[in-house]
Amino acid sequence: MSWDYYQRDRRWHPPALTPDYKTSVARSPRLPLLSVESSLSEITGPTFSHTSLGDLDNDLIHNYTGEAAIGERTIVHGHVMDENGRPVRGALLEVWQANAGGRYRHVKDGYLAPLDPNFGGCGRCLTDDEGGYVFRTVKPGAYPFRNSANSWRMAHIHFSIFGAGLAQRLITQMYFEGDPLRAQDPIAQTIPDAAALDRLVAPLDLNASIPLDSLAYRFDIVLRGSRQTLFENKMEGA
Amino acid sequence: MPLEYPKESPSQTAGPFVHIGTVPSLAGLSLHPIAFGQTIAGPDVVGDRIVIEGHVYDGMGAPVRDMLIEVWQADPNGIYPHPADTRHAEVDSGFTGFGRVATDFDTGSFRIETVKPGSVPGRHDRPQAPHLSLWMVARGINVGLQTRLYFGDEAEANAADPLLALIDPATRRDTLIARAEGDGRYTFDIRLQGPKETVFLDV
Repeated sequence: MSWDYYQRDRRWHPPALTPDYKTSVARSPRLPLLSVESSLSEITGPTFSHTSLGDLDNDLIHNYTGEAAIGERTIVHGHVMDENGRPVRGALLEVWQANAGGRYRHVKDGYLAPLDPNFGGCGRCLTDDEGGYVFRTVKPGAYPFRNSANSWRMAHIHFSIFGAGLAQRLITQMYFEGDPLRAQDPIAQTIPDAAALDRLVAPLDLNASIPLDSLAYRFDIVLRGSRQTLFENKMEGA
Repeated sequence: MPLEYPKESPSQTAGPFVHIGTVPSLAGLSLHPIAFGQTIAGPDVVGDRIVIEGHVYDGMGAPVRDMLIEVWQADPNGIYPHPADTRHAEVDSGFTGFGRVATDFDTGSFRIETVKPGSVPGRHDRPQAPHLSLWMVARGINVGLQTRLYFGDEAEANAADPLLALIDPATRRDTLIARAEGDGRYTFDIRLQGPKETVFLDV
């Protein structure tokens, strides 16, 4: 069997060592990564099913208590595709975020913004046959963090994405169009190429907004592509 | 004009609160009906039960207490429960092969309970020694770190493993081999930096 993933372009991703994001200094490997060809261990990966998801899993406004969370009601939708533009079906997306005030529901988050009693801050969904997904939430707030004395995170939603194989595994963050904190956010700025960071910025999508209800943002995600392009009539994985 | 293909979405750190989204129960949340990655091999899966324990250390030797480790492995016959492994129909239904473990919020230790994988076919049908694939994220890690865990009581298979053979100098191979303590117990430490830095993979 031959089903290789394209090589990951590490100049496009943030490097491991980014001193302006201070926590990376002691947590970045210093020796070169070992380059290996993918085997069954990498082209396979866990698979997930709709039967394992709950009805409210993709509704962060209501999935904590059933009562509506406070904040700007927001729809996030988009497509997951690979580097050939092919849809990635059945991809698991897990998201987590701070509440509208910029505080996480976590014992280690001591920020002085209030907790929203109706907001848990996590959700998940699977992509459909076209690679499409959608969830709704409240827009997260910006918040300060201990990096430099005056470091702030721009508003963001964390995304964990499982594609078809372990080699596609990705965790990233979605940002919102027009955020004034972009240029100083030390974590967004770990990405060296402004065009790469642009890819994590979701544009406002008024056409997908619900009048008098919710604003929508479109966030498309690209996972690694594989070389199995010339034999599309083959069975998946054959 | 060069050919234009979409590029992979760039990675960002999972941050300190990755458990909220991936293992909500650890963050004190009970939100989802089914938690993913809680059982790698159910009780009815035939195989040798094993427990792997260890710590993750940063470059200052301090334990990393907010690490999420994902485990992916073949079953005791070396088969992955995935359509890309054409033998997947033979895998026991209670075997997911996928686990999520977090380092302890106080001590930085982790524990993986599973069954020992069999030898896995590699490229060109060259056998690979039994191993777990590990993928790690935490605050301060900009791109998830991937590595493998091999077993110290498989010396012969390890000596013939094509991935271990690539590691130069050979003394670094030990960073991927869990020490066998008997009774199915293994110890395995992961070091992000330093003289014994774990070998991480660029797959």
